[in-house]
Amino acid sequence: MGFTMTEKIFKSHSGGKEVKPGDVLFADVDLGMGTDATMPLAIKEFRKIDKNIFDPCKIAVIQDHFVPAKDINSANNSLIMREFAKEMNISNYFELGRGGICHHVVPDEGLCYPGDLIIGADSHTCTYGAFGAFATGVGSTDLAFFMATGKLWFKVPGAIKVVLTGKKKPYVQGKDIILHLVSLLGVDGATYKVLEFTGDGVKGLDMADRITICNMAIEAGAKSGLFEVDDVTVDFYKGIENKREVQHLKIDEDAVYERVINIDISSIEPLVAEPFLPSNVKPVSEIKNVKIHQSFIGSCTNGRIEDMRMAAAILKDKTIHPDVRLIVIPGTQQIYKEMVKEGLMEIFLNSGAIMSPPTCGPCLGGHMGILGEHEVCIATSNRNFVGRMGATTSKVYLANPAIAAASAIKGEICSPEEVR
Amino acid sequence: MNKQMKGSAIKYGDNINTDVIIPTMFCNTTDIEFLGNHCLYNLDREFINKRKEGDILVVGENFGCGSSRENAPLAIKGAKISCVIAKSFARIFFRNAINIGLPVIESEELVDAIEEGDEIEIDFESSVCRNMTKGTEYSINKYQDIILEVFKEGGLINFAKNRGGVL
Ligand code: SF4
Repeated sequence: MGFTMTEKIFKSHSGGKEVKPGDVLFADVDLGMGTDATMPLAIKEFRKIDKNIFDPCKIAVIQDHFVPAKDINSANNSLIMREFAKEMNISNYFELGRGGICHHVVPDEGLCYPGDLIIGADSHTCTYGAFGAFATGVGSTDLAFFMATGKLWFKVPGAIKVVLTGKKKPYVQGKDIILHLVSLLGVDGATYKVLEFTGDGVKGLDMADRITICNMAIEAGAKSGLFEVDDVTVDFYKGIENKREVQHLKIDEDAVYERVINIDISSIEPLVAEPFLPSNVKPVSEIKNVKIHQSFIGSCTNGRIEDMRMAAAILKDKTIHPDVRLIVIPGTQQIYKEMVKEGLMEIFLNSGAIMSPPTCGPCLGGHMGILGEHEVCIATSNRNFVGRMGATTSKVYLANPAIAAASAIKGEICSPEEVR
Repeated sequence: MNKQMKGSAIKYGDNINTDVIIPTMFCNTTDIEFLGNHCLYNLDREFINKRKEGDILVVGENFGCGSSRENAPLAIKGAKISCVIAKSFARIFFRNAINIGLPVIESEELVDAIEEGDEIEIDFESSVCRNMTKGTEYSINKYQDIILEVFKEGGLINFAKNRGGVL
């Protein structure tokens, strides 16, 4: 009998014995990641265990959620992390200006590889599945436990196989594929399960698409989303400094899946998720007369250079609607630099957008663009829950960067075709 | 840890996410009392006044979906809720609750059998839950081994401490 990618990874991280879905076990973890939102609590709990750090090289500490510090509490939280990283000799510490949003920093710094088992005290840690790692979000206490022991308890998840075929239509991106899947599954359709992506359609998806897809696996409740390793993955690692061998992780043909979902990518239109669940999905063409006050392009879902290029292509030589604020946030300092080099900054600034340094910012209603009463925002991020970006009466619509850019020009939610 | 609880049921619906349990604006602290005082802030501002120490939260499907913030189960613990019974839990919320020693029970049957205000008694030792108001009794599923051990120790930190971090 064959194995899913998930079973293979848990097997290799828990002593080599075969594992099956439902097993609860302790496994060796390759990397634990914490941010200023979750790490201070992890540090507090870690101190209670009264033990040294298991291995400082296996910890990544990233300042991203409330940076540059939005208030005194945030500044103090950042300080706790900064001092802890120094004290424990954690070399993978990313200060603002030298990092960015955690889920872009980890792969770009060569900290996740195919076949790795990774935990992060952030729910979107599942993003690294784009690279063939089994990565999952945990809590602060989990991270504390890992820092002390190098291990963590897991329940081996059952798997859903998602077979992708076909090619993307114009203005369709990873975002639309995952919104489609979340709408098929519902927000809890994959709870306690992993989504494993395979099929002919995968080769037409670049790393940015795969990142967006795995990032939002949790929006269907999934523990993680994983892509099979192919040439696109291998190419990504050619540009990484911190080189390790790339393991060609694949699904065995006779692996057992709880369910198989077939998606023909060529049938997917550009989509929008209406408030207040990421599963409330409609084609953008069916959304009429929704005026927006803010458009937000960025986040761990869509903060990569490919996303910025897509938005800039729409905004080039155009200006945004007078009633709209457009906030553009590159995922990392590196992406920021690349935007300058490619002239994208100029396009955004000339359109009337405001540029923020790399940060989570408005995505979680932290800072840099909170919504007031009854305000409406179109965002490229991953959640549109009640009050997610500010006032409980505000509304968030989720979409890809092309739609967010086009809507900023028109002043209401629209398809990119409408502003060409 | 305490393996018996008793309190009245406070009932809410499905898909209650972590932003609703404890909004981001209250999250840059780990002060459990402060978090408790803002528990379910985006769902029901009256919750904090109507709940009594020991009360039991009874909720629908996918409870605790959303972010990994441990502030969510901490807020519930801080509000002195003794146990959460849900039709189903979001995964990270479930493990966070176990890890910090907040008792959680997953059971559709139980949720359907409990109404707001019912007096509930839960005994983890004998795995039963009694609805005192209705005079009914239900058995509850046992946790799997590792989870049960963590739960018995009152959370993951005690578990690690008592083993000197060795597994
Ligand atoms: S960008 Fe948003 S979803 Fe992503 S890690 Fe930051 S707060 Fe979380």
